[in-house]
Order: sequence, then structure tokens, then C-alpha cells
Amino acid sequence: MKKVAGYPDSLTDKQFHYCPGCTHGIIHRLVAEVIDELDLKEKTIGVAPVGCSVLAYEYFDVDMHEASHGRAPAVATGIKRVHPDKFVFTYQGDGDLASIGTAEIVHAANRGELISTVFVNNAIYGMTGGQMAPTSLEGQRTTTSPFGRDVKEAGFPIKMSEMLTELDGSAYIARVSVHDPKHIRKAKKAIKKSFEIQLEGKGFSLVEVLSTCPTNWGMKPLDAIEWLKNNMIKTYPLGDLKTPEGVE
Amino acid sequence: MKEEIILAGFGGQGIMLMGKLISYAGMKEGKEVSWMPSYGPEMRGGTANCTVIVSDKLIPSPMTTQPDSIIVMNLPSFDKFLPQVKSGGTVFLNSTLIEEDVKRDDIKVIKIPANEIANQLGNSKIANMVMLGSYIENKDVIKLKTVKNSLESVLSARNQDLIDLNLKALEKGKEYK
Amino acid sequence: MGKKTLMKGNEAIAEAAIRAGCRYFFGYPITPQSELPAYLARKFPEVGGTFLQAESEVAASNMVYGAAGAGARVLTSSSSPGISLKAEGISYIAGAELPAVIINIMRGGPGLGTIQPSQADYFQATKGMAHGDFYLTVLAPSSVQEAVDLTMDAFDIADKYRNPVLIVGDGIIGQMMEPVEFKDPIDPDDLPKKEWATDGAKGRERNIINSLALDPHDLEDHNLKLKAKYDRMKEEEVRYEELYTEDADIIIVAYGTTARIATSAIEMARKDGYKVGLIRPITLFPFPSDIINETADRVENFLTVEMSLGQMVEDVKLAVSGKKPVHFYGRTGGVVPSPEEIVEEIEKIGGER
Repeated sequence: MKKVAGYPDSLTDKQFHYCPGCTHGIIHRLVAEVIDELDLKEKTIGVAPVGCSVLAYEYFDVDMHEASHGRAPAVATGIKRVHPDKFVFTYQGDGDLASIGTAEIVHAANRGELISTVFVNNAIYGMTGGQMAPTSLEGQRTTTSPFGRDVKEAGFPIKMSEMLTELDGSAYIARVSVHDPKHIRKAKKAIKKSFEIQLEGKGFSLVEVLSTCPTNWGMKPLDAIEWLKNNMIKTYPLGDLKTPEGVE
Repeated sequence: MKEEIILAGFGGQGIMLMGKLISYAGMKEGKEVSWMPSYGPEMRGGTANCTVIVSDKLIPSPMTTQPDSIIVMNLPSFDKFLPQVKSGGTVFLNSTLIEEDVKRDDIKVIKIPANEIANQLGNSKIANMVMLGSYIENKDVIKLKTVKNSLESVLSARNQDLIDLNLKALEKGKEYK
Repeated sequence: MGKKTLMKGNEAIAEAAIRAGCRYFFGYPITPQSELPAYLARKFPEVGGTFLQAESEVAASNMVYGAAGAGARVLTSSSSPGISLKAEGISYIAGAELPAVIINIMRGGPGLGTIQPSQADYFQATKGMAHGDFYLTVLAPSSVQEAVDLTMDAFDIADKYRNPVLIVGDGIIGQMMEPVEFKDPIDPDDLPKKEWATDGAKGRERNIINSLALDPHDLEDHNLKLKAKYDRMKEEEVRYEELYTEDADIIIVAYGTTARIATSAIEMARKDGYKVGLIRPITLFPFPSDIINETADRVENFLTVEMSLGQMVEDVKLAVSGKKPVHFYGRTGGVVPSPEEIVEEIEKIGGER
């Protein structure tokens, strides 16, 4: 009998440490479901970042490698080059990928490294306590932009996914959100597509997932969902940003 | 036997190759050898030099401050290394480019118009081999035969067709004593 | 053993790595070690190796971290400023207990410094590579042949202890050509499988490569485990060479090329009647403290010679433990000491003869 719902095999039974209302848990589950559906559990190596998802290796029930801050694409490159027949993904936040790890993600993408990146963008540093991220929105208040992000001083919200589409090595780049069930289903489809792109050897793939951080945004979970929907999507529009030819 | 040599000249005169040939031949003859190039900006700037040591025993320092011989192919190298030559040592100088007199009487001086000869042989690039021919003839360090047999191994692929010319240049250099 | 070939240190190290079964290299260009990656870029295709020029040294060391975790024999090489950047990855590699081999063809510093030979990274190599309580095994060859032999050993030591091994050579070791003989190559497929590696959890529990331990007691336990490893290295891996020590009353302690220059000085000084010997550390960590301490009982003076302002001399002093005076002579900034200068120091210590 085919399993149509239930707890994913590729998640351990360890309880998530994420704050109430944080969407990391949803995204973890989507990744695990896709690993299950593509029957990748025994050939996956995941790379965990530094940030709120630093403990991702405790949750994904696959071989995991904990990277240093921002370097997950480099670590994944090393792994994938040793095991080209295995499935390798990185799971990174926006501080990790869009700030300290810009060089690593750009060059991994540019090399067309056959890895898949799940890029969780919540427009703030969560783990370290709510500092401004390069992805923070204009005017967004954080502990290090207490008067709101002033783009004259602190630059503009960085659109990593759009940047990465320009590189010849990137095959599939998409931005999704997990603020409601409809978008969660779309997010899962995108993650699945990105994993398939790797399996088919088409090139580098990345799915940016807009995510909430009620704790550091200083909002109730439902308000955070609304804020994401009403503010983040304006700056970070959703959709497939780059798709290889011949892929739906 | 222990022979310490400094070879020096302009970049492009084949200084490093000359040093490699002596080292390679020394190795073939069962001796201990070391070859140490100058490296870095001075390589790009014009002068190139390397230190070669050939010895019957293990070589302690691969550098030398008092060479037994110097092979100098341009004036700046001559000016720089002449004072360092060990008393009783030998200077092999390219007299086409170095017209200066040697103002030391405690060393042997062998003047070789290397560029002139090379040009007569039809290729200015082989001036280094003329110098080397003279060095081999005058110093009992390595045998000409071994050097000849080493050419194929040491020359880069694109210069393999110059082997015959190199042999001629080596022979010509022998005439300068 | 094959026949002798004449090779540059940098290229010989690269060839030795191939023969040690290494098939992965991640690096970033820097002088004076560039011939090493260039050699691998040329030769790796013949043996199915992977050569990747990374976007930075930071990325390169993290690629090494990934490949080491995935179970491969992996190499990176650089020179001083580049090693500083690689320090991040190296700390993680040590923390996660992974084997890897790192080459530092040292140049003068601090900062951008010079590309000329130096030994000023001794502290970095042996004590302060990066944050945290860890050591690398540090090997210091003094000839091209020894660089070859130590490179092959380095991969075995790295695997034995699951610890990064650093080979330090000054620019001379990298640039110099000397005759070398290579041992027979190892087929990477013949190496024992690393059961802890991340290669997809097929039919086994998942493997995790990690250096994070949030609970301080867990991390303390981990660090004590690492210490036990370092203590075992001190028991089993110390290497050094003695020269002319039997009748010596002055002992020079020097490593790498400096030890060879010191040997020239010793031969000169002995002709003038100075009884000088040499202790040459081959492993800088673990440091050959015992032999130095024992020797201190029968000699009068020590002279440490380095291409730095005095770094290893601190370890020599610790080893001598105040039994005898420890003198120092060093040149720095890319300047190489001459045998004559060292002889002068010997004369100062030994008095006129």
C-alpha cells in the first residue's frame, strides 16, 4: 500500500527547537518529503549551515555535514566531487547565504555545481538575536537597525536569487513562500523540481523560501505571516526565476 | 669534490635551463645535486639567476655565498656576482655583452663571445649552450657526454628540434679556455 | 623505488600526493607554491583526480572539509597569507576529526609580506592555527626527497589520527630542484573504507560530520578526546635528525632549509675546532622535546637558528628547561641566513679558538 501521508522517513523523531510560528519546521518537512518521494534517503548527504538551522543535522535522517558560516556550498562541492553519484543539498539561511557566504554560493552556482540549495530567507539574523541581514527590507527595524534599515547607510535588500539567475552555471532558480497551504504546496513542487534538476545533471539549483521569524520580528505568528505576505513578497517576488530549457 | 656555481643573466637567456642541465647531468653521474632559482619579481624584471651545487657528498646548504664558479651572461649579473667568487674560482663571462675588465687577480677569467657565436650558428637562443660548453671543458665537474645525453630530458617539447644546434654550440664553447 | 628524477620541491610534493592515493585538490593561487597546483592540474586527469581552483582560500579549505568528510584523501596547498585564510576550514577539520593534508610553502610576513623564504609561520603551524583547543601534526622537510617522503607519510598520519597534517616548507623547499625517488603509488581503491564518512546512509545508521557541541560538558569531553590523540602523537610520531651530536658541546636546533644552512656552518666551525652538533626537528608538532632535554645534560649551549625573529626557540627553551643557555640567531622578512653568519654566532658562544 502506498503511503500518501504521514511522518517523513527522512526526518528523525527529534523535536524541532525552532520558535513557535517559525516556518523552518515546515520547510524541513517539505525537504524530507521530497527526499522520501524521490527515494533519495540512502544516497543523500545534506550540508547544514550556521544560523537557526545549525542543528538541521539532528533533524534530517540522512548523512549530514555541518559547515561553517556561509561555506555550505564549498563543503557541498567537496562532497559532491567525491561522490558525484550521490544527492547533495545545502540548507542555508539568509545571513549565511546572502552575506558571509556570497562568494561560495555565487561560485558554486557559476561552476554549475551539481548541488541543490534550500535558501531560507526571513530577512533577519535569527540565531544571533535579530540583527539586520542583507535581506532585511528597507525601513525594517532590527537590533542593528533600530531606526529602520536606511538604504543610504546599509545598502539595499539583496536579491540573491535574481543575481544567481544571471550565471551560466545555474539551471533552476525559484522563489517560493510558505505562508499558506497553497504556497506550501507550490514550495514543495519547486524543491522537488530543484532536486530533480540535480539528479538529471542539469546544473546548480536553488529554491529561495520566504520564511517568518516572529520572535525577532517582534510579532505574533499570525501577524508574521501577514507581514511576510504584505511586505516581503513585494521586495522578493515569487515564481520560477530560471528554468532550464525543456523543463516544465 | 664539491662545486658551487651561480649562473646569471637576463631572463630569456636560458640561465635556468643551463643550471638544470648541469644538475641533471650531475645526477646522472651519480652525484648529489641541487638547483635553486631566484624567484619572484626579479624573474619578471630582467635578471635571472640560479645556484647549482654538485657534490660527492650530501649537500648541506643549497645556497652559496662564495661560489667556485660563476657563469654570467650580462653586465648586471657580472657586477653583482663577481665580488662573491671564491678566491681561486673561475668566472665564465659572455664577452659579447660584458666588455668590462675583471679587476681581480685571484680568480681565473674565461671570456666567451657567446652571442656572437650563437648568431654565427644561426640562433641567438643558444648562447647559453656556448657558455656551458666552455664551462664543461674547463671544470672537471660533469662530462660533456652526459650533458649531451641529458638534452632530450631537460629541453621542453617545443625546443626538441634544437638539439642538434645545442650540440654544435656546446662543441663550439669548448674552444674557449 | 623508482629511478631518480630531478624535480622542483613543489612539483615533487604534488607527485607524492598522487602516489599517496590523493585524488582531490582544492586550492587558490599564491606564490611561491604555484607549481604544486599547476602540476596536479596537469596530472590529475591521467589518474581520474579532481582539481578545483576555488574562489578563495576560505572556500578551498571548506571544500577540503567536505571532501575529507566524504572519505577522500584530499590535499590543499598555499603560502602564508593563504594559510591564514584557510585557518577557518582547518579548525573545523580538526574539530570534526577529519584527515586532510595541507602544504604551507612559507613566505615572509606579516601581512602581504614578501614571497621570499621564511619560517615565520611556526607559531601559526604549531600553536595558533585557528580558534579552539587543537593541534595539527606538523612536518618540516629539509630536502626535496624528504618533502616527498613526508607527503606520503602525511596522508597515513592524517588517516591514523583523523587529524589534519600540515607540511611546512620555506620557499626554498618549494622552488629548489633536487634528485628524488618515489615509492610505488597507492591505489586509492585499496585504502581501507572510512566507515564514518558521509557517502549516503545505505544500509547503515547515518553519519554526521560535525564540530558543534553546544553543551560545554560535551565539548570538554570532545576536547579531552582530542588531547588523548595529541598525547598519542607525542608518544608515536616524534621525528628528528641528529648530526655531529656525539662530541658536541654546542647544539644548533634548526629545521627545514635553515638546518641545511646550519649544517654548512657546523662543517666550517668544526674545521676551526668548535664542537658543534645539530638537532633537526622533523616533526614540529609533536616537538622532539625529550631528545633536546636529554642532550642538555651533556652539552654546554644551545643555538636556535630560524628564518624568523625567534619562534621555535620558545619550544627549545621549554625543552631545555633552564638546564643550559639557549641562544638565538634569526633572519627574517625573506632574508636567508648564511653559514658565515651562523659561524659568527658559534664563535660568540664558544669563544675564540
